Amino acid sequence: MEMTGAEITIRCLQEEGVEYLFGYPGGAVLHIYDALFQQDKVKHILVRHEQAAVHAADGYARSSDKVGVALVTSGPGLTNAVTGIATAYMDSIPMVVISGQVPTFAIGEDAFQEVDAVGITRPCVKHNFLVKDVKDIASTIKKAFYLAKSGRPGPVLVDIPKDVSAHKTEFTYPASVNIRSYHPQGRGDSQQIRQAAQLLLEAKRPMVYAGGGVVLSGASEQLTDLVRLLGFPCTNTLMGLGGFPANDNQFVGMLGMHGTYEANMAMQHCDVLVAIGARFDDRVIGNVEHFAQVPRKIIHIDIDPSSIAKRVKVDVPIVGELKLVLNELLDVLRASRQKPDVEEMANWWRRIEEWRVTGGGLRYKNSSEIIKPQFVIETLHKLTGGDAFVTSDVGQHQMWAAQYYKFNHPRRWINSGGLGTMGFGLPAAMGVQLKHPGELVACVTGEGSIQMNIQELSTCKQYHLPIKVLSLNNGYLGMVRQWQEFFHGNRFSESYMDALPDFVKVAEAYGHIGIRIDKPCDVEPAIIEALSRKNDLVFMDFRTDPTENVFPMVPGGKGLSEVVLSEDL
Amino acid sequence: MRHIISLLMENEAGALSRVAGLFSARGYNIESLTVAPTEDPTLSRMTIVTSGSDAIIEQITKQLNKLIDVVSVMDLSEGEHIERELMLIKLRAEGEAREELKRLTDIFRGRILDVSDHTYTIELTGARVKLDSFIDAIGRDLILETVRTGASGIGRGNRILSL
Repeated sequence: MEMTGAEITIRCLQEEGVEYLFGYPGGAVLHIYDALFQQDKVKHILVRHEQAAVHAADGYARSSDKVGVALVTSGPGLTNAVTGIATAYMDSIPMVVISGQVPTFAIGEDAFQEVDAVGITRPCVKHNFLVKDVKDIASTIKKAFYLAKSGRPGPVLVDIPKDVSAHKTEFTYPASVNIRSYHPQGRGDSQQIRQAAQLLLEAKRPMVYAGGGVVLSGASEQLTDLVRLLGFPCTNTLMGLGGFPANDNQFVGMLGMHGTYEANMAMQHCDVLVAIGARFDDRVIGNVEHFAQVPRKIIHIDIDPSSIAKRVKVDVPIVGELKLVLNELLDVLRASRQKPDVEEMANWWRRIEEWRVTGGGLRYKNSSEIIKPQFVIETLHKLTGGDAFVTSDVGQHQMWAAQYYKFNHPRRWINSGGLGTMGFGLPAAMGVQLKHPGELVACVTGEGSIQMNIQELSTCKQYHLPIKVLSLNNGYLGMVRQWQEFFHGNRFSESYMDALPDFVKVAEAYGHIGIRIDKPCDVEPAIIEALSRKNDLVFMDFRTDPTENVFPMVPGGKGLSEVVLSEDL
Repeated sequence: MRHIISLLMENEAGALSRVAGLFSARGYNIESLTVAPTEDPTLSRMTIVTSGSDAIIEQITKQLNKLIDVVSVMDLSEGEHIERELMLIKLRAEGEAREELKRLTDIFRGRILDVSDHTYTIELTGARVKLDSFIDAIGRDLILETVRTGASGIGRGNRILSL
């Protein structure tokens, strides 16, 4: 039977098992929305801005192992989506974005709501397609899902002109995909894996540095087994939190710019470093020359060969799927019946314990007068037993959430690590909540970030998403303020936000519950109250100390051991 | 160091801009870039002349391999290879200079393709250095117009870039 391009598009999504399609209609996608209307398998979530559609699809994907899907119209629909697409690209999130395009005969004529979608998104997608023939829609969407999910995941855009979505053809969904130029690596090289095992067994001061790749590839169990088998210390990147349980004593905390002292010092002083699904980025290792001064052997395991030896020289590169590589590495280690030198390990752990003491752990000076932002996160952690899904926006609150909420499971910590997109938290939480109905989803945000997508409170109302929004409201763009205080002579250029709205009334205007919390003693009761309202979105407006800064801090351009522990900067 | 990178890619709209975009986005140099379909019309062969440290060249080849439209990549300069570039050059050829220009063209094994009262148009093929030398030998004053294709390259003997 012949079907229209629009019907085929929706049918393809059904075939791919898509539960939710996050989108916003417009002229170029009218046929697709018409086809969507006439079926009930794929549920559409109507956002209030296209950026939010993509972030919601992103949150959905990050909190599950599925591909997030968004649908936007041409022109401004697509350009609004670009920030979301770039966010997903930087963090390697599997996603398919379908965009409408002006009819093929109008392309290039500066038609109404025309932009070169493929051109605009090219640098921030894994791949993209312009479908010019209705016969190609099914195979293109099949390829898009395959590309998004396989290898190093990422967003894939499919741009469909309006006339193509109206044309008709026979529908068959391809059973498999063959792209002759694309063969993501599965297993790692066995010889390299054996070499890595040898290095690990001979290590005197080993360190395991695991990133978002562990979470994305579902290799947390393997990572945990490896770390426990060898008795090594393990650190996680911002993207990797939850990949190794934070409550394990072998966990030395997050590393990097706002990482723990012990994690950064162990990174700097180890003799064998194994990097797993991490990419040595500037916020993680700081100054690359400083990092390279220390002689150490580096084993780097990653699905993407271009991530290896990009910023630091690597001794044993292993390209492959983390799960498979780690399983093989575990087999080799177990079969060897060897263990790292007990005495050396004890010495190394003694040094790490010393760093734990010197660094003083993550700490802040609590107050009974003014709410400390860290206290809010600690209280949330205490009351939720560390089991909530936590999304965040970008800035100080993001770092405090990463530091003070201890993630024991992967896919619970949802934040924009690579691109650092303010406005990510609330729409991402919508995707998470839809994927996990009945679970607790908390969005940790600030008064700056939340206003970048605050309109989504309306979407939350429409779909009854009982997200708990914790806004750490200090009246400042806190991280900007912090840098201005440290590096720009206290000149707080445009980082103070005057004329903030009454967020309680804003929440109420959208049909939600708003609570304003001014005193430390009211923090816990407010969160308890919010958590008890299982079916309501509760917006908590915490008035926090505007002078609080995020510590420890490795200033930009400095080395990991040049960390500043407290206010003595 | 100068490198000649050859690649096969899908002969599809937009494939070229993916490669060009990669170079500009990541700040890699392009000295020249040539592209045309091969005997298999679904494939295009591209030759990129670039320069950079070993680490940068390694990243360039890895990043190129990562592009979905790129089928295979080879750094020709890693082994024995042949490099050729075509130049069309229009010279002011008047009076006594006409004979001298004809002689120089013969020495460089060029061919005069077009002659007018005041000009010669010459075709010259060779490695970059040879074309540069010809330009130096003629002298800038007599050159009216220069068109160069950029280098094309191919491996010697059994070095073959294929699917």
